[in-house]
Amino acid sequence: MRKTIFVLVTVLFMIASFGLANAARDYINIVGSSTVYPFATVVAEQFGKSTSYKTPKIESTGSGGGFKLFCAGVGVEHPDITNASRAIKKSEFDTCVANGVKEIVEVKIGYDGIVLANSKETAPLKLTRKDIFLALAKDVPDPSDAEKLVPNPYKTWQDVNPALPAKSIEVLGPPPTSGTRDAFVELAMEEGAKAFAWIKALKDKKKFAAIAHTIREDGAYVEAGENDNLIVQKLEANPDAVGIFGFSFLDQNMDKLQGSFVDGVQPTFDAIADGEYPVSRPLFFYVKKAHAEVIPGIKEYLQEFTSEKAWGPDGYLTEKGMIPMPDAERTKYRTDVEKLQNLMLQ
Amino acid sequence: MNNSETGSSKPDKKTRRSLDIVNQGLARRYRAERRFRYYGLSAIVASLLFLSLLFISIFANGYSAFMQTFVRLNVFFDPEVLQQESLASANYQGLVKSSLRKMFSDVKGRGDTRKLYGLVSSGASFRLRDMVLQKPDVIGKTLEIWVPADDDVDMLFKGHFDRNAAEGERRLNDKQLAWIDQLSADGRIEKKFNQTFFTAGDSREPELAGIRGAVVGSFLTLLITLLLSFPIGVAAAVYLEEFAPKNRWTDLIEVNINNLAAVPSIVFGLLGLAVFLNFFGLPRSAPLVGGLVLTLMTLPTIIIAGRSALTSVPPSIREAALGVGASKMQMVAHHVLPLAMPGMLTGTIIGMARALGETAPLLMIGMVAFIVDIPGGFTDPSTALPVQIFLWADSPERAFVEKTSAAIMVLLAFLIVMNAAAVILRKRFERRW
Repeated sequence: MRKTIFVLVTVLFMIASFGLANAARDYINIVGSSTVYPFATVVAEQFGKSTSYKTPKIESTGSGGGFKLFCAGVGVEHPDITNASRAIKKSEFDTCVANGVKEIVEVKIGYDGIVLANSKETAPLKLTRKDIFLALAKDVPDPSDAEKLVPNPYKTWQDVNPALPAKSIEVLGPPPTSGTRDAFVELAMEEGAKAFAWIKALKDKKKFAAIAHTIREDGAYVEAGENDNLIVQKLEANPDAVGIFGFSFLDQNMDKLQGSFVDGVQPTFDAIADGEYPVSRPLFFYVKKAHAEVIPGIKEYLQEFTSEKAWGPDGYLTEKGMIPMPDAERTKYRTDVEKLQNLMLQ
Repeated sequence: MNNSETGSSKPDKKTRRSLDIVNQGLARRYRAERRFRYYGLSAIVASLLFLSLLFISIFANGYSAFMQTFVRLNVFFDPEVLQQESLASANYQGLVKSSLRKMFSDVKGRGDTRKLYGLVSSGASFRLRDMVLQKPDVIGKTLEIWVPADDDVDMLFKGHFDRNAAEGERRLNDKQLAWIDQLSADGRIEKKFNQTFFTAGDSREPELAGIRGAVVGSFLTLLITLLLSFPIGVAAAVYLEEFAPKNRWTDLIEVNINNLAAVPSIVFGLLGLAVFLNFFGLPRSAPLVGGLVLTLMTLPTIIIAGRSALTSVPPSIREAALGVGASKMQMVAHHVLPLAMPGMLTGTIIGMARALGETAPLLMIGMVAFIVDIPGGFTDPSTALPVQIFLWADSPERAFVEKTSAAIMVLLAFLIVMNAAAVILRKRFERRW
């Protein structure tokens, strides 16, 4: 009895899958970064409501997961667009090409600042990237003999830098799977490590990365999960803690939180847009050119995304906390999109 | 007896002593008994306390989401803007803006006007469009229309924003507060029942977001789950309990079924990704696939509940049926199954309630996604209620906090209804032997 049912169900699947696999998709399928997700969804919704096309479906899979799905092949069962909070890697591009996804259009959409914030009840921290590195790295240069590494001995911010308050280091940040963590490590920690000449002079790239990219595990850095709202709530409850998250969450909670100064600049909309604030990263999405003709609405979606009313300085994306690109860059990427310029990786 | 009659003091003492021992221990035993009862009672009280804490915090956070702040605008449906041939794509935003400009004619400058337009939700223009498309005869008239306010205004009215904070630290500036106060004084701002929450799909604007898409998605998913898991589960239970020989193979199957019931649900999601998506090529994010995965997850529960319901049917029923000449199939179909059905249904409902609250397996098959359109079929992209809660909990806008709690309340309501149905079914149809 079970066998017959099993056979029946299998046959049903076969029929169903053949029927469905051949059916065309009439909506855009987007995957990728959870950082770009809040911006892409706004554009998708606007696009769905103001045109006759269906609203695109957007999955938040993380940048790496997005590229994996995106590069799996060409065809309606694969995504059309992937969002990314970093540029595509050579290895990912090679996977794409190997699977037949040869023509990809890269679109940079704007910037996102990564902030270190704490509760308004205390004074804002004035950090340098060197302080950040010293406070958060697993191994730091020995304070007495600078050419040697020791396990991070610093317990309070004052230990790191006498100008900082004598409060214990307690940082809530994203886990290693997060793109925010990748960017934070690259932009803040790595630059901080370079403040030490001998680390900067290291020939061995792997050794450098091991020093600059490894975050301490003795409890001073708490991995708070992917949910940035959770970090915001914990910061409210604990004024001594510092949180690491994207600028849009600071933007929404300005009455409760303040961004720490990094290298003398506080993370404000203008400071990030001008490029003064050092810890900011570009956001991208990638389009499969082979799908642009097949799936209805892709070109119109690109048009909506690259229009001034969306990504311009006064556009609706800036209201959600995205930092727009300078005029010249916007023009460049808009023309790239119009021509569907292929991405070339050397 | 005999001993006491002889008058010897020793045995007399002995009887008294055993009674003493009992009496002595009695108070202690009563105390132990009371303590034991108190342990049980305090366990119940503690769990009720936690439950009420959960309910109260969710309710306190979420009840305000059922009300929504609306702004009353005098909209002139300008025939010049609304040309007959392009009604669907006309500039409705412009109509909203011009009515706001008329109300606050002293507002000048690009920055200020932008702030002024920001008081009204971007959903206002879509509401106007729907009105015009439904009844084109409004063109040329001026109508008073309630449109949703922006989520920042909504949060201000619900007291989630501190209007006394310094200007740079709140999302509304002093001018905006002054305009809002003026609107409020004119009776143009009001809190009303939030219909959108129940009729709209997901949105990135909190004031336009609703749970209909997620509820429909959950319904479609559970429908597939029910249609597949109930017949398969019942058939498997009946075969294993009534027909299968008891040997090593059936033991092995039983161990495996019990094992499957304890497997973490994410594993079923991975299985679904590998089998249904990658091998059979079914579409991602579809209720069909979600239902299939949840079927795998609920099957063991239904089979185990079904088997225990079948074992509780007394053997005398079977023997009587066979005794009057029924075939084995007739015995099962006419007598055993109807008697076991209430227990099986209870197990099914509890399994379905678990499936309704499940997120992890749906993550792997792409149902954790931003989907605005309400799904119309089993292969349309859709999400489910718990997934919607997860997505909203992760949104930066503060107004989503109350939406999250409100969605949890809706999910809890469904769960309570389902579990209550299971209890009622059991009470009404259960037979004790």
